[in-house]
Amino acid sequence: MSDLDPAAAPPAAATRRARARDHSPWNWLLFVPILVPLITPLFNFDTPRLLGFPGFYWLQLAFIVLGVGTTTLVYRMTKRKG
Amino acid sequence: MWQDHLTEIIIFTVLFLAVSGVGFVAARWRRPDNMLHLDEWGLGGRSFGGWITWFLIGGDLYTAYTFVAVPALLFGAGAAGFFAVPYTIIIYPLVFLVLVRLWSVSHRHSFVTPADFVRARFGSPTLALIIAITGIVATMPYIALQLVGIEAVLKTMGVTGESAIARHLPIIVAFAILAAYTYQSGLRAPALIAFVKDTLIYVVILVAIFYLPYKLGGWGAIFDAADAKFKATPAPGDGILLNGNNQWQYITLAFGSALALFLYPHSLTGVLASRNRGVIKRNMSALPAYSLLLGLIALLGYAAIAAGVKPLPGTKAGSVDSNTVVPLLFDSQFPSWFAGIAFAAVGIGALVPAAIMSIAAANLFTRNIYKEYLRRDASPAQEANVSKIASLVVKVGAVACIVFLDPQFSIDLQLIGGVIILQTLPAVALGLYTRWFHRGALVTGWVAGMGLGMWMLYVIPNAATKRAHFGGSAFPLAKFGFDTQATVYVGFVAVLVNLVVAALVTLALRAGNVPDGPDGTRPDDYFADEGDARVPAQAGPAPEEEAPADDTQPAPKV
Repeated sequence: MSDLDPAAAPPAAATRRARARDHSPWNWLLFVPILVPLITPLFNFDTPRLLGFPGFYWLQLAFIVLGVGTTTLVYRMTKRKG
Repeated sequence: MWQDHLTEIIIFTVLFLAVSGVGFVAARWRRPDNMLHLDEWGLGGRSFGGWITWFLIGGDLYTAYTFVAVPALLFGAGAAGFFAVPYTIIIYPLVFLVLVRLWSVSHRHSFVTPADFVRARFGSPTLALIIAITGIVATMPYIALQLVGIEAVLKTMGVTGESAIARHLPIIVAFAILAAYTYQSGLRAPALIAFVKDTLIYVVILVAIFYLPYKLGGWGAIFDAADAKFKATPAPGDGILLNGNNQWQYITLAFGSALALFLYPHSLTGVLASRNRGVIKRNMSALPAYSLLLGLIALLGYAAIAAGVKPLPGTKAGSVDSNTVVPLLFDSQFPSWFAGIAFAAVGIGALVPAAIMSIAAANLFTRNIYKEYLRRDASPAQEANVSKIASLVVKVGAVACIVFLDPQFSIDLQLIGGVIILQTLPAVALGLYTRWFHRGALVTGWVAGMGLGMWMLYVIPNAATKRAHFGGSAFPLAKFGFDTQATVYVGFVAVLVNLVVAALVTLALRAGNVPDGPDGTRPDDYFADEGDARVPAQAGPAPEEEAPADDTQPAPKV
């Protein structure tokens, strides 16, 4: 595997920055929009309705906003690093 | 009769042909110096920026079938069908975390398929072959299902016939056109068409979510109508809320489907075609716009209940084709010119994913079967040509599935597809994080997960369609001996067993000092970004058999 000689090149600056981003604690926040939509007792009810939508539906649609907000936040907070 | 739908048919045909023109022109869009390279034909030059990636991945994941089948699920079963919303919420943070690593390592090593990665990571062309075949087998029925989506629309417009050939002729023509421009333009065709498709779909849905409640007495009345329908049926599992028995099914299906979706080769194709890590991460914040769309489309199933839609009969006597509920809803509620636009949106919506899926399957064949086993010294131009031809073969196969087999069979296969693609999770997704698993153990885990998954699917009956086997993906836990009515998603159980077996066999093989394959990647590779040097292509195939002693030690975790 000569083409993978570890001494071939030092990691580029972009790589070091990417590594810092991937290891940022902000990434843990992403588990919130992964877990919340899977906890059915949080949203499995009819009332209160919003614009005619039972809670089951409008809450899950609202989780989309939660997902967008979290990924945007994590992206912005980790972008500044490095 | 089709004469009653003339306006719809004309608008559908005109839009369809216009989009086909776009597909052929796409070959000149962002034209490379040399189209005869898999990076160009199959990945659009790995150069797509934020907007193109958004339309491409959106057009890829939210298929015509989704738009037809998810509302059909709500129409038939109620709340359980809404799993598509949490499923498409949790996928994006997952991709954000996991797939950027795959992008980086693929950028460094010029990987085109997930199997390319597995081959280098675990030093095992055999494991790569298994991953490639799993990918192709899971993708084929998915392509066939896109045809089911178009067919539901054609049926509603009365374009149908007595014999099997007459009934399928429009689809055969549509797929021949699709095959021709995919052959010529590669991934650029669906990327460009996706702009048109999604614009149409957004327009249709925005109109539908305001206009339909206005005609049907508001969303509150629509939900009440659905509630009344489900209360009147004897089936215990339906309703506009979940009950005690299907909650676990809902959770495991949403989670399992999210894991499966990003293991599908065509999702990875969209990700690998993007220009850098930032494009992917920004897209994960922007793509949920489609989930909102999907959630609202899903609710059209309830609108169809309120509008009193009766689905058209299926191919077998006495059965109904529930996929026709949304087309029928559009047909009955919209003016015919707008229904024509809506039908075109669904029809064109089928073309984008079908093109990307056939490209992904063709790339798997080329890279992990043709180049690995048939012609090791294939040049990039030969690879591109083989892929182009393979994409044609894949589409012919998909059309044959629809023409010669019962469409229900494709739906069953798609159900199976999600379960089997999940079995690549340990090698592909966990492989991005750890090299701990032994290659032999990954193969064993795959066999165990696959076997269990197939058995579980086989023993699930479906009372509604009176079938004894392959009746759905909700496995009753009572069959494992638990005293409960609850059900759980088959894929979820199968991949858990796969993981446990892979872990146990890894420990056993390590204890027995069975040689493991070399790891062809370095920890750094998982963070590479645009502008980083590529590792030169390997001169020869990596050694498969006896690895040198210094490579047998467990690779460091990254």
